[in-house]
Amino acid sequence: MGLLDFLKQTGDSVRNTYQKMDASVKITCKKCGYEAKGYELIENSYICPNPECRNYYRMGARDRIALITDKNSFKELFQGLTSKDFLEFPNYQEKLKKAVSDTGEEDAVVCGTAEIDGNPCAIFVMNSKFIMASMGSVVGEKITRLFEYATEQKLPVIGFTASGGARMQEGAVSLMQMAKVSGAVKNHSNAGLLYITVLTDPTTGGVTASFAMQGDIILAEPKALVGFAGRRVVEQTTKSQLPDNFQKAEFLLEHGFVDAIVPRTELHKVLAKLLILHKRRV
Amino acid sequence: MDAMNLNSYEKLKTARKNGRPTGGAYIREIIDYPLEFHGDRRFSDDLAIMAGVGFLGEYPVTFIAMEKGTDLQSRMIRNFGCPKPEGYRKALRLMKQAEKFHRPVICFVDTLGAYPGADAEERGQGQAIAESIMEMMGLQTPVISVIIGEGGSGGALALASANKVMILENAVYSVISPEGCASILWKESTPENVAKAADALHITAQDMKNLGIAETVIAEDFDNFSGMCENLKKKLIESVEEFADLSEQDILEQRYRRFRKFGVYNEEKKGFFKKNNKKS
Repeated sequence: MGLLDFLKQTGDSVRNTYQKMDASVKITCKKCGYEAKGYELIENSYICPNPECRNYYRMGARDRIALITDKNSFKELFQGLTSKDFLEFPNYQEKLKKAVSDTGEEDAVVCGTAEIDGNPCAIFVMNSKFIMASMGSVVGEKITRLFEYATEQKLPVIGFTASGGARMQEGAVSLMQMAKVSGAVKNHSNAGLLYITVLTDPTTGGVTASFAMQGDIILAEPKALVGFAGRRVVEQTTKSQLPDNFQKAEFLLEHGFVDAIVPRTELHKVLAKLLILHKRRV
Repeated sequence: MDAMNLNSYEKLKTARKNGRPTGGAYIREIIDYPLEFHGDRRFSDDLAIMAGVGFLGEYPVTFIAMEKGTDLQSRMIRNFGCPKPEGYRKALRLMKQAEKFHRPVICFVDTLGAYPGADAEERGQGQAIAESIMEMMGLQTPVISVIIGEGGSGGALALASANKVMILENAVYSVISPEGCASILWKESTPENVAKAADALHITAQDMKNLGIAETVIAEDFDNFSGMCENLKKKLIESVEEFADLSEQDILEQRYRRFRKFGVYNEEKKGFFKKNNKKS
């Protein structure tokens, strides 16, 4: 069997069915106002069902894992880590409490191992619903542990990034997470292992300036906002009109900073193919 | 004025003060026979970063310094010390060169932050910093960074992912500028809010020492700048000698461990009682 035939076999046969979704849940599209019901969201891979709109909804970490990985294959790692207000930063504790109760998550990233069309990988998914997925000690520690685990187990890593940047409520310690994770990515890379990042809306600041841009292969979702400095700051600095697609995935593709833009509906297949393509044969 | 009695906001203002020595001044005092090298070999030469080779005492080193400029004209030429991607790429090129020739790298960090302009974004500011940090974490030669003024966020870390970090007593190091923090928290960055943000962020040299982010705090004495640099030079030589005996693998491991320890969080140990891999 040729490689192409082999790749064609990868399909959408074994994906997770979403367990928790209640069909009565409604999400209103921020762009067109369409009220999408639970089952419609799954059927449309969290893209607005309105054919005129097709806006990509931001996804929670669990929804993303359900959409991408094989049914029952996800095994969560490094649970039980929670953020600490060690600088006694104004309102940080309240913010954390609210984020935990709003999302039901411990912090802004979910890590584990999974299979995608039967291909094992380590995976992390950032959750923009948790304090804009800002990176503090917990996010840095969990992703570092995941890379260390993947290096030990010789697993590829797939990372879905979304972040407002480093978590300022943890001061310079959050800045240090950028170097901590980068060191673990470097060791994983030196071991000859594959790291794919998928940039999702929005990936900015310290996460863009570290592990989001360190993948061997960098994919992005259409129209995802990806940049280092915030648009407002850039506007003030440059004092000129920025193009509409400024810091969008398409802008990054044009300037040579992503390998491919992949529609959400294709993402699972593309990831499966890439995992197969990088399996060691000798 | 006793430096140790300044509050965070006063230190922030001191770190940014006109007339405070900038990167080039330290190179002139500390590096013998410096020769500046230019360009990232890809796009252009960023003058916000001044880099090259020279001697630290008897040791050949690669130096990399952020330079803010000293008067209006030189500040404009130096882009006020805010590097663009080509600056980070020049720095990385010279760090890789230092690795090839087994030279230690000495970095002088002083920036409000990486330049947040449209051109910098187009040329991949985030990617340039990400690559710099990742490659520094894998650099098989020792890197010592000295924060001499402002350590502004990722743009500073890109030259401070080092084996050892020193900081001047009135220098600051921060994840976000106190102005940026104030405008996020309280909408307006009035001086009072900026001062509150500076306190909340813990940006001072003493904070860095307490958090383990800097190993050494360097006393300032700008009235006797040569004497102060003599002391700094002695500390740099000691550090270079400290690493001279280590193998390349040991240098990598020391740096990895240095950053691996950063992080304050709660951890609930539940692995023994509960299989934590059932949920999805």
